[in-house]
Amino acid sequence: MIQPLLTINAVRSAIQERKITTLALMEEHYERIEKEDAQIGAFLTLCRERALEAADRIDRMAAEGEPLPPLAGVPVAIKDVMSTRGVRTTAASKSLEHYIPPYDCTAVARMEAAGAVVLGKTNCDEFAMGSSNENSAFRPVRNPRALDRVPGGSSGGSAAAVAADMAVAALGSDTGGSIRQPASFCGVVGLMPTYGRVSRYGLIAFASSLDHIGPITKNVKDAATVLGVIAGRDPMDSTSANLPVPDYVAELEKPSRGLKLGVAKEYFGEGLDPEVRQAVESAIDRLNSLGCEIVPVSLPHTPYAIPTYYLIATAEASSNLARYDGVRYSYRARGVKSLSEMYRRSRDESFGAEVKRRIMLGTYALSAGYYDAYYLKAQKVRTLLARDFEEAFRKVDAIVTPTSPTPAFRLGEKSNDPLAMYLADIYTVTADLAGIPGISVPCGETRDKLPIGLQILGRHFDEATILRVAHAYEQAA
Amino acid sequence: MKVTEKDVIYVADLANLELTPKERAGMVRDLNSILEYVDRLNALDTTNVEPMAQISDRYGVDESRQGSKRFSYASRDDVVEGLRKSLSQEEALKNAPDADGTFFRVPKVIER
Repeated sequence: MIQPLLTINAVRSAIQERKITTLALMEEHYERIEKEDAQIGAFLTLCRERALEAADRIDRMAAEGEPLPPLAGVPVAIKDVMSTRGVRTTAASKSLEHYIPPYDCTAVARMEAAGAVVLGKTNCDEFAMGSSNENSAFRPVRNPRALDRVPGGSSGGSAAAVAADMAVAALGSDTGGSIRQPASFCGVVGLMPTYGRVSRYGLIAFASSLDHIGPITKNVKDAATVLGVIAGRDPMDSTSANLPVPDYVAELEKPSRGLKLGVAKEYFGEGLDPEVRQAVESAIDRLNSLGCEIVPVSLPHTPYAIPTYYLIATAEASSNLARYDGVRYSYRARGVKSLSEMYRRSRDESFGAEVKRRIMLGTYALSAGYYDAYYLKAQKVRTLLARDFEEAFRKVDAIVTPTSPTPAFRLGEKSNDPLAMYLADIYTVTADLAGIPGISVPCGETRDKLPIGLQILGRHFDEATILRVAHAYEQAA
Repeated sequence: MKVTEKDVIYVADLANLELTPKERAGMVRDLNSILEYVDRLNALDTTNVEPMAQISDRYGVDESRQGSKRFSYASRDDVVEGLRKSLSQEEALKNAPDADGTFFRVPKVIER
C-alpha cells in the first residue's frame, strides 16, 4: 500500500535504510496506475523498462551501502512535452503520435542522474496550449479530487498523477500558468522557476520566451529538492542562466519572520470566487501571524496581462509550430499530390482546434500591417508589466495572490468559449511575462471540497524566498 | 468586425493550414472576439517604451557588461560536434513518415 503523502525524503530514507526496495515501490506505483488511471487519464505512455533499469541501479547502490543521490528511488512522472530518448513523446498531439525522440531533455536527464525512476509520460493540453487539459488529442484528464472536474492545464496529467499518488513527484511546464494552476486545482504544490533557471533543452517549444520547466510535488520541501536537481546552467540552452544554484532545501529553514509580503488589489478584483478570496485572505492573515509584514503594493498593468500574453505566446507559437511539416518526424497526410498540399493537409489533419486557433492568431499578429499594432504593442506592454514587478519588489520580498480566480471547473464548462478559458490564467500569466518565479501551495478547500491555491511570486532568481514563505505557511497550516 | 473570411483565408495560407469552410467560419468568429478583447491594450500609451522580446538580456546578467559581452559564457568554438555528437543518418531518419535510407522523401516540389 502506498502511504498517502509519501514524499521524496521518506522514499530516499526508506531505501537507504533498506526498509523498502526501489523495485517494490516502482511496482506499487504501476499497480496503482493500473487501478486508478483508467478513470483519471493522467498517463499517455508508461516506460517500464526504463524505470526498471533506474530502480535496479538504485537498489544495487543501496545494497552496497553507497550514499544515495537526492532523488534516489523516487517514482516520477514527466509531462509529455519533454523529450525522452527511446520513449514516445507526443505533446498530446496527433502530430507527434508516433514520435520517438533520439535524445533526452536536460531536466529529465538530471532527474534520472539524481536517482529518480521515470514511470511514464503524462497527458496535457496539446502542445501545452490550454487551461483544462481538455485539448489533449488523446483524452481529457479528470481531477482526482472531483472526477467531474478538470485538473487544470496544461500540466493536468502531472498534477493529477501526484494528487492521486500515482507518482511521488512530477515535472510540468509553465508558459502562462500551466504548472501553478493545475497544482492549485488538484491540491498539490507547483513551482515555476525564474526564466533561465532551468534549461529548456529537449522541451517541445510552445512560446520560447515564456516556456519554463518546473516541479509538481506533494509538499514544498520536495519542490525545493527537485529544483535543486534540475536548476543550473546548461550549454545546450543558450538562455539558461550562468548563475550558481543555492541549496534550496537548506534555505527553507531560514526564518520567514520579518519578510515583507506584498498584496496587490489588482489580484482581488472582479471575477474572484468568494470562497477563493476568503481562503487566500486567511492564508495572508496566517502569514502575518507568523511574523511576515503585509504591505499593500500596486501592479497597475495587471488588467493588460491576458491580451499581452495571448499576442506574444501565439506569435511565438505560430513560428515554433512551423516545424511540423510532415517531413521529418510529424504526421503526414495520405494521398497528397504536391509538397504544398502535403504541408497543409498534414497540419490540418493533425492539429486540434485550439492549436489552429493560436497559430492563426499568432500569424495574424505577426503579419504585415498588423505587426506594430499587435505584436510590437504587446512587447511594449510586457515591459510595463515587468516594471510593475520591479517597482513592487523594491518594497517587498514576495507577493501573495490567489493562483486561480476559481476552483476547478467542470469538464465542458468553458470548452466552447476560448476567451473564458484564457481568463482562467489571469493571475498566473503575469509572472511568465515578467520572467519571475512563482509557486502555488494549497491553502484550503471550498465547501464542495475543491482545493484552493495560494500563489507566491518572487524576484528574479530568488526562488529561495518564495519557497521559504510557502514552507512556513505549509508548516503552520 | 476586424477579421473577414478573406483575411482568414489569407492568414491560413501564410500558416500553411488548410481549414475547412466550417473551420473558417469558426475562426472568423473566434479571432474577432479575441482581437476585440486585445484592443484594450490601445488604452495604454507606450510611446518611448522599449519592447521586451526576452528575459535573458535584462535579468540575472552581469550588469557591468554590455550587449553580446554579457553572453560570452554562452559562446563556444565553432567545431564539429562541439556540444554533443551529431545524430547518425539512421537515427535522424527514424521518425520520418517517408525516407529512402539516405534522404527524406517528399511529393514533387515543382509542377510542370
